[in-house]
Amino acid sequence: MSNTDTGSTTDTGSPDPRRPLDDEAAAERLSTAPVEERPDDAAPAFGVLGWLRWTWRQLTSMRVALILLFLLSLAAVPGSLIPQTSANALRVAQWKADHPGLAPLYERLQLFDVYSSVWFSAVYILLFVSLAGCIVPRTWQFAGVLRSRPPAAPRTLSRMPVYATWRTAADPQQVTAAAERLLRGRRFRVHASGGAVAAEKGYLREVGNLLFHISLFGLLVAMAWGSVGGGQGGKLVLEGQGFSNTMTQYDDFQGAPFYGADQLEPFGFKLDGFSATYQTRGDQLGTPRDFTARIRYWTGTDSSRLHKGAIKVNEPLEVAGSKVYLIGHGYSPVVTVRNGRGDVVFHGPTPFLPQDNNLTSTGAIKVGDYGTRDGKPGRKVQLGFSGIFSPTAPVKADPLTGWNSLFPAAADPKLILTAWAGDLGTDAGIPQNVYQLDTSHMKQLRQDGDLARAALKPGQGWKLPDGYGTLTFDGYQQWASFTIAHRPGNAVALGSAVLAVLGLIGSLLIQRRRVWVRASAVGGATVVETAGLARSESARIAEELAELAVALQDDAPAAEDGPQDPDGPQDRNGPGDRDGAEDRDGAEDRNDAGTREHAEARPHGSGTTEERG
Amino acid sequence: MTVVLATAVNEHLANISNYLIYSAMAVYLLAMLAHCFEWTFGSRGAVARRSAEQGGSLAEAAAAAARPAGARKVTVTVASAGGGTTTLTRTALAGEGAAVVTSGRGGDEADGPGAAGTDEQADLLGRMAVSLTVLGALVHFGGVLTRGLSVTRWPWGNMYEFSCALALTAVLAYLGLLAAGKKVRWLGLPVVLSALLTLGLAVTVLYTDSEQLVPALHSYWLAIHVSAAIVCGGAFYAAFVATALYLLKDAYEKRAAAGKDGGPLGVAPSVWRRLPAAGTLDKLAYRINAVIFPLWTFTIIAGAIWAEKAWGRYWEWDPKETWSFITWVAYAAYLHARATAGWKGRKAAYLALLAFACFLFNYYGVNIFVTGKHSYAGVG
Repeated sequence: MSNTDTGSTTDTGSPDPRRPLDDEAAAERLSTAPVEERPDDAAPAFGVLGWLRWTWRQLTSMRVALILLFLLSLAAVPGSLIPQTSANALRVAQWKADHPGLAPLYERLQLFDVYSSVWFSAVYILLFVSLAGCIVPRTWQFAGVLRSRPPAAPRTLSRMPVYATWRTAADPQQVTAAAERLLRGRRFRVHASGGAVAAEKGYLREVGNLLFHISLFGLLVAMAWGSVGGGQGGKLVLEGQGFSNTMTQYDDFQGAPFYGADQLEPFGFKLDGFSATYQTRGDQLGTPRDFTARIRYWTGTDSSRLHKGAIKVNEPLEVAGSKVYLIGHGYSPVVTVRNGRGDVVFHGPTPFLPQDNNLTSTGAIKVGDYGTRDGKPGRKVQLGFSGIFSPTAPVKADPLTGWNSLFPAAADPKLILTAWAGDLGTDAGIPQNVYQLDTSHMKQLRQDGDLARAALKPGQGWKLPDGYGTLTFDGYQQWASFTIAHRPGNAVALGSAVLAVLGLIGSLLIQRRRVWVRASAVGGATVVETAGLARSESARIAEELAELAVALQDDAPAAEDGPQDPDGPQDRNGPGDRDGAEDRDGAEDRNDAGTREHAEARPHGSGTTEERG
Repeated sequence: MTVVLATAVNEHLANISNYLIYSAMAVYLLAMLAHCFEWTFGSRGAVARRSAEQGGSLAEAAAAAARPAGARKVTVTVASAGGGTTTLTRTALAGEGAAVVTSGRGGDEADGPGAAGTDEQADLLGRMAVSLTVLGALVHFGGVLTRGLSVTRWPWGNMYEFSCALALTAVLAYLGLLAAGKKVRWLGLPVVLSALLTLGLAVTVLYTDSEQLVPALHSYWLAIHVSAAIVCGGAFYAAFVATALYLLKDAYEKRAAAGKDGGPLGVAPSVWRRLPAAGTLDKLAYRINAVIFPLWTFTIIAGAIWAEKAWGRYWEWDPKETWSFITWVAYAAYLHARATAGWKGRKAAYLALLAFACFLFNYYGVNIFVTGKHSYAGVG
């Protein structure tokens, strides 16, 4: 993708005689599109260096960039169809359990971590290398263009894509002076020499193009920075309880090379209350309408200076370089367990995890310090209760859905539990799921010839079988879960993104175009020729040239007998060709043959002043 | 825990909105029929005249009319890709500053005269169709407006509302082009047809009662991000129609050049002849895509900013994000292909079709078949 040369052959004023000046090439140079590699690039040169050069040229060619773009979109697809560890590890585990045959293969292909996989990274890294190989030389080139003058008028203006001519009585010098004024007034870069005015406009197109591509690097840097210098953690907080930003407080924490325990800024918050609003009627009964966590927070080490605040779904708390997001919420049934002697061995809330939209929640109450049944010395035992908290429970268990909640708010809560006795396994030092019982060393209690089971309303108690004592369902508390995230680089990412959009607007909506005006004395009158060149997509250049020409006629009014016949006799050679002697540039004469050939291939009705004049 | 009834829904307005949407569909149906008749009767007229001739004579006429003393006139010769030429004439009357621009086409690229051909009756039907479309759009707008008023929020919180707004944008964009004096009445049939299909799908499959939003959508970014997405959808659709017609018209032009009878898809040549030239369609498609691509980029960025506020990360490769990205890359590939030798023309057009397919999948496919964080469709 070596670059768009913006007219170096003509810029210098001494064009390379070996390269015939043709408007195809000129248009290519005007466009911001990379030039295709020339045929001699196709064959790899000899030696290692040659191969390297060939590979580099291939990589930075537009064709390969296109293929890479295509591969990038293709490579992104599987990640949207297969569960991703980064998004939802639970769903990945579920998927693996459901597809035991495919899972190992998928694992090896990194299909559960598509966006950090080797193959996905390879595609975008190659793309960025290709981009760099294009952008760097192009920026140089563009800097050169900005320093140099607009390319001089081609000898045969009539061969340009848009062309207009007329005869006037005004003096040629007057006409060029007027054209120069006019073009400058329209903010063209203008250079006049040898009876012709060359002007160019729309440099912002290339500026935009470069800006857009450079901004992509900015985005890449921001993303990389965010991932090595930032992290996030999760915390479930009960109403009335709090959190302070230290490693031990987190339920889970994903750090990064430059974000660990030492980088955690001191701050904290207390959850005073959580409220939820739900749709109470109609088809969308139970759909959440609002969640608000009312908090008080502090920064620094002084946790007594509290500020009131609220965290909502779209309104995170910004504190000490981190943001606190409200992620989830649920219920914690509060129970009291007494042993056979009536001593309280457990009292407090236990968070249950919501399983559906109506917040049917499951969890486990682990009574690790139960001791003995009668409170006297003896063989210690532990109790465990597992079950369901149903915020709006049906009157009796539904044969199909059981105690599933009917509404997410706690309108008629019930706690449904079964009891286990034995060893909870919590003392073994192995981390275990706090929401589930490990029943491998426990026995389920039985009552009245069936499994021991109770469905309790708040305030109700349950006399456990076998003299284990009682359990009372005192009530419930709500909990809210938060993500505490520190993401450096967001501002850079945002800045880059904004610049990228601005760049895109410039590169797609601005046309770079050139306009030439030549006035030459022919047989006592002055022939004015104007021509324009822009990208092929633009039809506006014709309108712009027409407008310019009409404006120019203020100073160079068309002679009354002026010829305006585009379909006139097919004399393709404009006056410039006739008056070769006037041409200041001898080098271009050598192109004449090629020029004429070209003109033959593309007949334009053009200036036919000679016949009429 | 407070269980408060969410902000009330004005059910009266919500019902009116539903009636208006149904009424708009009825009017669009009539407009579609009128367009069908326009296309049918249009084939009776003489074979589409080359507008080059029309243009040329027009230019001359204008030039002749505007030739009084002091008038300035310039005729610009424009080279066309096929080797032919086009002229553009600009005439300015002295002292008045008024400018008349006439243009004509030449060479191989002649735009067809449009659906009505040269048949007067067909032209009348076409005008009726446009009037009906305007009426339909007004009723449709009323439907979207009352839907929003019934819940006092932006009416694009679920797929039903999004679809209604999307169809409205497409129709308004088409009417806007007509109002700007562009000759795009040939777009009428596909636009009205697709508005009908989108609304039909919305009222049957996607319908959800007018209600308040889930907390995740309580944000002013809903107005920014989703509106931008709606505008992009309408524009990408228009570009898609132009691209598809370009491919077909190009096939027709190739067949015609090879001296073969009949048109592609078994459609009569008279239909193809009345369409704009392949080159014109191709350019139109490119321009729409090029103009809307920055807005699509903005849509994704606005989404990322919102995601950062709502979920804590601006980019998480959520399926919706992923498919927006895929769509973006596909359109980027199309824009690059347009500037690459060997990829211009049909190949680039296929890329544009693929990109639009990605956009469609992102809207319907991801909302309905893939679970992710963008599950606001309200489709049960």
